[in-house]
Parts: sequence; structure tokens; C-alpha cells
Amino acid sequence: MAFLWSLASLISLEGKGHYIHWHFIYLSVANFIVILLMVLVFLAALFVPFPGRASRKESK
Amino acid sequence: MSTTIERQWTTRLRKRATGKLPPEKALPDTQPAYVASWIYVFGVATIASFVMVILSGFILALKGPQWWHVSSIGHFINSLHLWSVEILFFSMVIHLWGKFFMAAWRGGRTMTWMTGVVTFLVSIATAFTGYASQTNFDSQWITTQAKDGINATGAGSFFNVLNLGQMLMWHIVLLPLVAVLLTAVHVVLVRLKGVVPPFDDKTGAAK
Repeated sequence: MAFLWSLASLISLEGKGHYIHWHFIYLSVANFIVILLMVLVFLAALFVPFPGRASRKESK
Repeated sequence: MSTTIERQWTTRLRKRATGKLPPEKALPDTQPAYVASWIYVFGVATIASFVMVILSGFILALKGPQWWHVSSIGHFINSLHLWSVEILFFSMVIHLWGKFFMAAWRGGRTMTWMTGVVTFLVSIATAFTGYASQTNFDSQWITTQAKDGINATGAGSFFNVLNLGQMLMWHIVLLPLVAVLLTAVHVVLVRLKGVVPPFDDKTGAAK
């Protein structure tokens, strides 16, 4: 439990939020991290081998 | 007598439904080899998180706002509802990217693609009305920020974001009903037309 509390204190939720502003693009750092994670998971889904894929191909 | 039974709407509907989608096609034992990829997992991940959203939503509806604001179990179920929605959108967007880049509307799958698109838009509206129905400062901020934009589109004449009762009804009755129906149609269409094959597949399923 103490470990979880120490994790929570890594990111301060006090005060103003952080934003990325570049030309017309304006989004929060939190949303940017989520988008980045989605891209990473998407790439992983494309390239990480699916368990049992090789044996399925052999059996066909 | 048998002619009369043959002409009954229930008989005709059953024959048509089982003819187009027999049980072994509706709930197949195996899938084509190309489905053995992580990118095909995100559709079912979206449905799994949707089930969690509905279940946690049922409990929130049973107990009400006071409960989810003050009790620890209420906080937990409220958070479960929020995080299920986060995972739902996370999975749905990856599912969308995957299907977009494999042109999943190929092979007569236009309606499958379009029902997916409309379900995505309905989900955004459902999530928005959820944020508007939280009954806290966050929902007050969101609705007062959103009202001018929505009023500018003309939708404000029948969709008043500052009307909490209306937002709650849209969130827990109308939009979930539409989302569940569209998801069901989407899944039935996937079963009817089969899972879209990759571009380089030469098994004939891509036709």
C-alpha cells in the first residue's frame, strides 16, 4: 500500500495543468501521453508475435 | 396446415435468419490463420471493456450519486466505470487504426465499417453525457464550457447540456441502448461477412 502511495506522489496533481502548444495544436500532457501509449500499443500489436501463430501455420 | 405454418412470420424469419447465419457461423470453432495476430484482439477488448462499463454503470444507477461521491465502495465503482471507459476508448481507437490501415470495408464489408464508425461517434456522445452527469465541479465546468459550442450548432434547442436530468437520461437510457444495438449489429455483420483478411492473403477470403 505504501508503495502505491509513493507512486501517486511521483506526479503532482496540485496547481495548473501542463499543456503542449504548437501552432494550432493545443493539448494536455496527460492526453499526449495517452496518444503516445496508443501508438506504442498499436505498433506492438503489429510486430509482437502472437502466441501459437507458428504452430497454427504448420497445422494448416 | 403445414402451408399455414410455412407462411407464419416466425417460421419465415427463423428460416431466413438460420439460412444466412447458421449457428456454426455465428459461433465458429476456428478462425482463419491470419486472425492469429494481436491487432485482431482489440475489437474483442473493446467489447470486454464495454461489458465492464455497463456492469459498473448498473451498480452506479442502483446506488445513486450520493453513494458514489461519499462511500469508499462508491468511489471504487465510480473509478471502475471511468477506467473501463478509458480502456474502451483506448482499445476502440487501436481497433479503428488497425481496421483503417487494412481497409476493413473490403469484400462487401461497408456496413460493418459504417456501423463501427457510427458506434464510435455514439460512444463519444455517451462519454460526454457521462462527464456532464457526474454531479460535481468537473461536470459543472465541462457543461458550462460546452454549452456555447453546442448551442452554436443549433443542437441546443433540443439538447441542453445544462439540464442535468436530460443529460443523465441520455447517458443511462438512450445512448447506451443505441450503443448496445449498434455493437450487436456490428458483431453480427462481422460474423456474416467474416473477419477481414490482410492485403497479401491469397486464400480467396479477400474477395
